[in-house]
Amino acid sequence: MTFDIASLLVLDGVTNGAIYALLALALLLVFSVTRIIFVAQGEFISYAALSIALLQVGRVPGVIWVLIVGGAVAAVLEAIDMARRGTWRRLPGVLAGYVALPCALAAVTWWAAPRGLSLGWQIVLVLALVLPLGPIVYRVAYQPFAKASALVLFIASMAVHYVLQGLGLIFFGGEGLRSQNFSDARFEVGGIPMSAQALLIPAASAAVMVALWLFFGRSLYGKALRATAVNRVGARLVGIPTELAGSLSLLLAAFIGAVSGILVSPLVTIYYDTGFLIGLKGFVGAILGGMASYPLAAIGAVSLGLLEAFASFWASAYKETIVFLIIIPPLIWLSLRSRHVEEEEDE
Amino acid sequence: MRIKLAALGAALGLVAAAPAALAQITVGVSLGVTGPGASLGVHYRNAFQLMPKTLGGQPVRYIILDDASDPTNAAKNARKLVSEDRVDLLMGSNGVPSAVQMAQVAAETRTPIMVLTPAVLSPNVLEWAVILPQTTELMMGAIAEHLKSKGAKSVGYIGFSDTWGDLVHRATESHAGSSGYKLVTNERYARADTSVTGQALRLIAANPDAVVVGGSGTGGALPHVALVERGFRKPILHNHGTVNVEFIRVGGKAVEGAVAVTGPLIVPEELPDGHPTKKVSLEFTQRYEKEFGAGSRNAFAGYSYDAFLIADAAVPEAMKKAKPGTPEFREALRDALANVRNVVGTHGVYTMDPKTRTGLDERARVLVHVQNGQWRLLK
Repeated sequence: MTFDIASLLVLDGVTNGAIYALLALALLLVFSVTRIIFVAQGEFISYAALSIALLQVGRVPGVIWVLIVGGAVAAVLEAIDMARRGTWRRLPGVLAGYVALPCALAAVTWWAAPRGLSLGWQIVLVLALVLPLGPIVYRVAYQPFAKASALVLFIASMAVHYVLQGLGLIFFGGEGLRSQNFSDARFEVGGIPMSAQALLIPAASAAVMVALWLFFGRSLYGKALRATAVNRVGARLVGIPTELAGSLSLLLAAFIGAVSGILVSPLVTIYYDTGFLIGLKGFVGAILGGMASYPLAAIGAVSLGLLEAFASFWASAYKETIVFLIIIPPLIWLSLRSRHVEEEEDE
Repeated sequence: MRIKLAALGAALGLVAAAPAALAQITVGVSLGVTGPGASLGVHYRNAFQLMPKTLGGQPVRYIILDDASDPTNAAKNARKLVSEDRVDLLMGSNGVPSAVQMAQVAAETRTPIMVLTPAVLSPNVLEWAVILPQTTELMMGAIAEHLKSKGAKSVGYIGFSDTWGDLVHRATESHAGSSGYKLVTNERYARADTSVTGQALRLIAANPDAVVVGGSGTGGALPHVALVERGFRKPILHNHGTVNVEFIRVGGKAVEGAVAVTGPLIVPEELPDGHPTKKVSLEFTQRYEKEFGAGSRNAFAGYSYDAFLIADAAVPEAMKKAKPGTPEFREALRDALANVRNVVGTHGVYTMDPKTRTGLDERARVLVHVQNGQWRLLK
């Protein structure tokens, strides 16, 4: 192996690792705030990547139907809830958030798709389409039994994953799509050819991480999420509703998924089921970081990307085996160390 | 009471016999319309919409089930079709492992099956099957000839890390000696991989005269684009699982010049007038594109349609011996299918070899290349 090849592999590993790191953060965030292992994280990636690819060829992404129907189901659940409590105070808010907003977004997409938007607006539109899916998924699939055990929530996650993936197949079709490069610029650093596109990913990934750090450190909502993660009951006592925390954390997860999807879509062919595997690797990254600390999860994910790059060079047939094998030692270590704190809390 | 029951039984027997008098043939199909094989399975299924209401002059009913590209489901579907729907003929599936499972059920239940994917079956299972698609060896033979004509001595290989990748690798390897090249790498990747940089670097480092890709559909574009982006300028050749319009849409400018082998129905307009399948291929492609949009032509739908054409030719033979719905008919149909001669299909001219249960020859393959964003006949 020459220096050239090694450095190209490092670059490739860091690029993929940056994506995995974003997803590891999202998974960790959702898990620590809501105890949900959010398997469907990957579907946001596929939805965003396929939506932007479809917008670029002037077609309306089918994700608008998921949005409208999902929003309608959420609104009905809210209505039942309100009828049970006998107060209709929150009705306007529910209608605006779960019915009017999805319909408005769908209408805008319908109008804008054939008009060939600039790349910037495409990104804004895709983010706007995927983001509301987070809270909608939380309202429909998790909120009705948010207090259930982590295992029940995990099973719900599997259901959400299968439903969203199935809808992805219906609305995007079985064939893969690839969006155009954000930039075709290529340059050389020390004799190694690089594409601007590949460098954009670590940069954007770092920017999102800084934004998250500021959000958690400075903003009231960020602090509320952190408080919920530390102690759910305590957070409720000081007036942080569990529903808000859950909804907000899935909103952030959808945001991170959408950003990852948009970043990765010009690099590879994305299929309706690609996101799952990317999300799974983010999960492996989070586990490598001990499922507890954000910086460790990010480091774990980047190491995973590097390992993957070198494995694909040396033993491509066994790449996935190698990548998924390395979670076993941390898992053994975690299970030896843990004293099932979480289960006690549920009692 | 007993007499009444007997009368009732006789009446029921008459009712049950009634469909047999109409001689309706039931065909059970299992395809992976969802799951990882969906991009192919959808095309296979679409073709059934274009099929006539009769098979060999008899009314026909197709029961199409989805096996979600899962071999276990495919076997379950086959079993259900045979035991509950009492089909006379099975067809499927679009994934090799699924098709193998179905063929096993078919042999066990003594039902003929038309295998729609280039599966390799064990001899005891083969007895009840005919395999439609060109063997991978036949197809890769055209690629090997092309490599030979270009004077390639060392050839790199990158393929899917699954059965398909293995099949294409084995077929490419089998022609290596006679065509005077050596396979220098055997890299693997998965359709959903986010990067093939490592494998591409490995290929470039091996410095081959050409690269053969063992992917399928849009999945074939990933290594091609990665190689071109890294400055690889030598020929990149693809197998017959790759040729569709989505491959070009996904690969864009990078796949310009890609060479692939496929069935004649991809470029029927460009075939010379004397080509044996020109008429059938052209007619099918035109009907398919009218129904499913311009540029939707693909090899996979052709296999489904050829299954119809072959069965259409075999059913009258079997009808001479027995009535549909009986074990005797299934056996007669099996023999008729294994002995069809000169059936012109969309992919080629089928003359079944009762031993190998395949029926295509060199007329069933053409080389195509990407020119100005379109698959064109390589002349």
